Amino acid sequence: MLIYIFRRLLVMIPVMILISVIGFIIIQAPPGDFVSSYIAGLEAQGDIIEPELIDSLRARYGLGEPVYVQYWKWVSNFVEGDLGYSMVYREPVVDIIAQRLPSSFTISLFSLVLVFAIGIPIGVFSATKQYSLADYTFTLVGFLGVATPNFLLALVGLWLLFVWTGNASIGLYSPEMQNAPFGPAKFLDLLSHIWLPALIVGTAGTAELIRTMRANLLDELPKQYVTVARARGVKPTKLLYKYPLRIAINPVISTVGWLLPVLVEGEVLVSLVLGLPTIAPVLLRSLLQQDMFLATSIIMILGILTLVGTLLSDILLAIVDPRIRGSV
Amino acid sequence: MTQTADVRTVQTEAVAEQADERVLVASQWQLVRWRFLQHKLAVISLIVLGLFYSVAIFAEFVAPYDPTEFREELTLAPPHKIRFVDPEGNFHLRPFVHPFEKTLDEVTYAAIFIEDETVMQPLGLFVKGDPYKLWGLFESDIHLFGLQDPDARLSLLGQDTVGRDLFTRIVYGSRISLTIGLVGVAMSFFLGILIGGLSGYLGGTVDMVIQRIIESLRALPTLPLWMALSIALPHDWPVVRTYFFIVIILSTVGWTSIARVVRGRFFALREEDFVGAAELDGASNLRVIFRYLLPSFMSYIIARLTLAIPQMILGETALSFIGLGLQPPAISWGVLLNDAQAIRVLALSPWLLLPTAFVVVSILAFNFVGDGLRDASDPYSHV
Repeated sequence: MLIYIFRRLLVMIPVMILISVIGFIIIQAPPGDFVSSYIAGLEAQGDIIEPELIDSLRARYGLGEPVYVQYWKWVSNFVEGDLGYSMVYREPVVDIIAQRLPSSFTISLFSLVLVFAIGIPIGVFSATKQYSLADYTFTLVGFLGVATPNFLLALVGLWLLFVWTGNASIGLYSPEMQNAPFGPAKFLDLLSHIWLPALIVGTAGTAELIRTMRANLLDELPKQYVTVARARGVKPTKLLYKYPLRIAINPVISTVGWLLPVLVEGEVLVSLVLGLPTIAPVLLRSLLQQDMFLATSIIMILGILTLVGTLLSDILLAIVDPRIRGSV
Repeated sequence: MTQTADVRTVQTEAVAEQADERVLVASQWQLVRWRFLQHKLAVISLIVLGLFYSVAIFAEFVAPYDPTEFREELTLAPPHKIRFVDPEGNFHLRPFVHPFEKTLDEVTYAAIFIEDETVMQPLGLFVKGDPYKLWGLFESDIHLFGLQDPDARLSLLGQDTVGRDLFTRIVYGSRISLTIGLVGVAMSFFLGILIGGLSGYLGGTVDMVIQRIIESLRALPTLPLWMALSIALPHDWPVVRTYFFIVIILSTVGWTSIARVVRGRFFALREEDFVGAAELDGASNLRVIFRYLLPSFMSYIIARLTLAIPQMILGETALSFIGLGLQPPAISWGVLLNDAQAIRVLALSPWLLLPTAFVVVSILAFNFVGDGLRDASDPYSHV
């Protein structure tokens, strides 16, 4: 098991390096070098720029030197936790991300829980009651869920909310709870706000999970061991949970890693539409104002977290399914 | 009774036998076609897509108005009710609408549109309207449908925030929204086959490097990556160039999944008996690849491509929706939805959300066609 984890980590290293190269390309992508646009941004805000500042910035990011030197300087700063300085927010990038990322992550995590809490029972129900009215309904809902983009769903949700309640701001906390210390009361308040965004973010994933779960279970149910157990008088519910469900759920666990990027990405768009104070509006604003250090850092951190999440789900799968451990 | 039943079974058996014989002599593509036709939803979806694409091709003719022409007095006018019965209760075979009369709400000063029931404006087919040049070549002013009075305005799906006809703009928007998926998939297809093929064929270090590149591209969240790349596009570029670069951006991620499929198929098929047989027959490597390997997974790849198109359509819609993709003089469904972002406008004019319905229907249709093709692509499985 340890060997498996070690080998899996080893494979991640080149991927991490490549991600940083892609990040560097993104920084370089807008026309002009970033210090010039940074200075232009400061000047636009009416600041007087001292030549020493320009020189120190140029030296710090190795501008004028070969590209690989620039890359190296940027990456080594990044690894040391110095992600640069945001000209839009006038704060170190690390601080901005530390403020905003937790709420992004909370939404993704809640939607992951919702995807499983809704998807698995419905999938099982659909499979055991195949071709019933409920099965057809869930199949239809599943198709629609896969085809409807999250952000459109969020838009429609927001519109319905506004028409019904006259209130268009969802937020993550009620105004009076905003600055309260975190405790049970604040957690309940969070729950009462977060379910809508989490549900919307998880729609496509839930629909997909219902389909997978139903198909997997339908593959298992006609098998002989099920018939045998039934003939021996095992209670129907116990039979279902004890044997076929355990096998049918295996591929579902392996797709958790695949689900994570979808959730992270869905969270970005949904938060933008719903106006939630997560990392998403920061990302959009930094991109629109070409604050490339902030934007790239956000993208890279989302990417690295996705990698870690995939690793965790792989390890989980290796624990559940011994056959995986042998091969990497 | 029993006799007729017997005759019937004999007949059905004979039909089944005939069908069997047909299956035995049918070519692979015939089998694929038969299998696809069995998937009813896929066939219906294919018809829907055909309709959508013909509308996109003949947009100038199908749309009743010019997409840029605006009527200030009709800003945010709701959709017309198409009527067959006039206020006196007489039935008319030819549908008609009542023109809008704009008044202001005395309390809120919000615009209210009231139908003027004294005037009837009949609809017609092939009516004269705004002049256009179909594909920039053929001048005409005949539109598929519209009001018979060329000065009146038919508001089929409502008007947008500056008084342009929403249906017209959805029709024109389908040109970009529906083709971006096709062009993007064509590009992903090319890259995917090339890189995936190299990876699967050469194996070893090349395969290792390519796989790591694919993994890292897939680890980055797709949409933020697209967002970051699209801000590098200057705003003053012409629409066609922006369109082309958006396609390239969408393909940066799209090719990876196709490359993976191609590589996987290469590995799997190399072990098949028919490949071994061809090799024993002395077929060269190239002949094995092009005569045996490629045709045997071509149909599968096409099915995968169909399933990849919706992702591209969604990508463009999402990017344009948040204002990072195509910019306003261009018309796409995402650009139209950008108008719907302001929730207060949306609450009063919910028809601005209608492009959503077109996005969802086309994505559903592509999904069903893709499902049908995937089942059909392997016609030998449980037949």
